[in-house]
Amino acid sequence: MLAPDTRAAHPRRTLLLTGLPLLVAGLALAGWAFTTEVVVTIVRMLLLAAGVLAAIAGLGKVAHAVCGRAVDVVLWLGIGWLTFILGAAILAPWLPLGNHDDAVAGLTAPIFAQPGDGYLLGTNNYGLDVFSRAIHGARTSILVALLAVLIGTTVGGLVGMVSGFVRGTTDRLVGIVSNSLLAVPPLILLIALGTVLDPSVRSIAFALSLLTIPSMVRLARANTITVAEREFVLAARALGASRMRLLRREILPNVVLPVLSLAVVMISVLIVAEASLSFLGIGIQPPQPTWGNMIAEGQGGVMEEHPYIVVVPSVCLFLTVFSFNLLGEKAQARWDTRSAKL
Amino acid sequence: MTAPTTPLLVVDDLRTVFHTARGAVRAVDGVSFTVARGETLGLVGESGSGKSVLGRTVMGLIATGATTTVTGSVLLDGQDVHGLSRGRRRRLWGPEVAMVFQDPMTSLNPVKRVGTHLTETLRRHLDCSRAEARDRAVDLLRQVGIPEPARRLRQYPHELSGGMRQRVVIAIALACDPRLLIADEPTTALDVTVQQQILDLLGSLVEERSMAMVLVSHDLGAVAGRTDRVQVMYAGRTVESGRTRDVFAAPRHPYTEALLASIPQLDAPPHTVLRAIEGTPPDMARPPAGCRFAPRCAVRHDDCAGAMPALVPLSMPLSVGSPAASYDREVACHHPTTSAAFAAPGGPDGR
Ligand SMILES: Nc1ncnc2c1ncn2[C@@H]1O[C@H](COP(=O)(O)OP(=O)(O)OP(=O)(O)O)[C@@H](O)[C@H]1O
Ligand SMILES: [Mg+2]
Repeated sequence: MLAPDTRAAHPRRTLLLTGLPLLVAGLALAGWAFTTEVVVTIVRMLLLAAGVLAAIAGLGKVAHAVCGRAVDVVLWLGIGWLTFILGAAILAPWLPLGNHDDAVAGLTAPIFAQPGDGYLLGTNNYGLDVFSRAIHGARTSILVALLAVLIGTTVGGLVGMVSGFVRGTTDRLVGIVSNSLLAVPPLILLIALGTVLDPSVRSIAFALSLLTIPSMVRLARANTITVAEREFVLAARALGASRMRLLRREILPNVVLPVLSLAVVMISVLIVAEASLSFLGIGIQPPQPTWGNMIAEGQGGVMEEHPYIVVVPSVCLFLTVFSFNLLGEKAQARWDTRSAKL
Repeated sequence: MTAPTTPLLVVDDLRTVFHTARGAVRAVDGVSFTVARGETLGLVGESGSGKSVLGRTVMGLIATGATTTVTGSVLLDGQDVHGLSRGRRRRLWGPEVAMVFQDPMTSLNPVKRVGTHLTETLRRHLDCSRAEARDRAVDLLRQVGIPEPARRLRQYPHELSGGMRQRVVIAIALACDPRLLIADEPTTALDVTVQQQILDLLGSLVEERSMAMVLVSHDLGAVAGRTDRVQVMYAGRTVESGRTRDVFAAPRHPYTEALLASIPQLDAPPHTVLRAIEGTPPDMARPPAGCRFAPRCAVRHDDCAGAMPALVPLSMPLSVGSPAASYDREVACHHPTTSAAFAAPGGPDGR
């Protein structure tokens, strides 16, 4: 019988026939809106957004047609972006990138060069290469966020697990401390710490980790309490396992996945927090680039003259945060039934 | 080593009280029994009668703490379980006493392989190498009747059926050759055909290893023919105990009688109505005064709600042909039943 084949092939062909033109038209619209001078900026932005959305919708249909099933293209685009930016950030010192932080060498370079004129994304007011700064900025921003999440997850996860396992006085004390930390508005806490600590990657990461610890403690504690009540923990105890062993071998493996999923979401929160700090001038100091202080360069009328100075780091920030959020949500839906239900 | 003539387990007036927001819950309220080496004791009672709490208190898994009070004594091979330090008590678990839990779906860690469950326990207690532990694990799985044991070691619990998982749980409990196995309703969560297999397996393992076992069940039928003695519990107290054969032949407590009447009998005429016990077990935070079974008892007298009946030894009835000295039989009832049960038709052994 040929019927099933034709029936299966038919929607594929329609998908391809609607998807491809949509993709091409979307890309064309976005490209035109990006370069044209004919219409006013606000309309250009709207057209650009519409073009990008159309291209994504078209890509979704094409991917569906090619793979034979619905594909979450946004997630895959996010993963693609993260792979690109993380790869570039890691390899930055070895890539043939322009001058990103040597202001003296920048004296001989043109300032505020438009994107394209010998510089892929232009130069800033010191003649530093914006593309190179965006990549090196990714290096700093992501490094700070990852370090902070690493500290926060380890400390918060361990404290939460122990406090949920032993309960009693320890648990109450941990509860008071983490609730107090949650009660301080994060930005005020960061500004206060920013005035005390020197603005290095290490101390910014430490300050940011304080933001993640309370929620990590809560999540790890809640998960530990649920797991500790399960019968296999009692069964392991009835075979003579020590408390240390119960924590390490029975509870930890069941708590680690939900905690890691929250950690991925946390990365995006911390990238934003680091950008805010650097924007305010109490984070990483220029000329060392981070996305936050690159956006800050647009202050004082620069942005109106040279929008790319702000647009480049903002787009990087947006895409990275968006992608980490997507990834984190997927991970939570899969591994952390508790917070996914909340 | 104590002399083999002393019982392996002596439980004396054991009480477990949970202090909850609703008040004190007396889950176990003065229970005594002994288990001889190699003997199998059946512990029977309805859901909520305190069987699991009793089993866990006997092991010392439930001990006096912030919200729990345990009084009375448990002597396991001469050692006072509740008098030991936490570390010493922990060392009993595995080589001296082990437990099989009710639900094999929840008593295995879902993220650990079957093999890891076994080898971890083995290596902790027996101090052997990885390879030795693996060989022993394969051997244990074979002993509990699991086909292709080497392959099963690499599987996760969710890849096994309920019956297979319970076999794994039994293998883990047997890993350190305990002298006493406490099986807490090991078949309740399984389907009927598998229940028989698991009970038979436990029976043969106990015999091979001359291990003592406390078989907890809410089903008198599961205990009949598989245990040497039975102890019937109601609302945290013992209502009747004796040799299985004697208790089945002539239940003396109305509760035991009612439990027996609720077992389907193969040789009963078709359409015989099974008698369920009316009502529900009492709230253990507020037990009724007097005999706790009185509110549900079919042969209640006026004095039943007055004083709590003590557990008293019974003298040997003439119709049971065992020597008087070995007739160890106790009942806690103001008005023990007599004639009806003796005249009752149907197999005395239940199966
Ligand atoms: N940790 C606890 N705190 C308070 N009450 C408890 C606790 N554990 C058990 N109980 C109470 O003790 C009583 C006896 O419970 P137990 O689990 O021993 O019953 P069971 O005979 O094993 O029943 P089942 O056949 O359902 O397993 C119940 O009323 C229960 O609510
Ligand atoms: Mg129970």
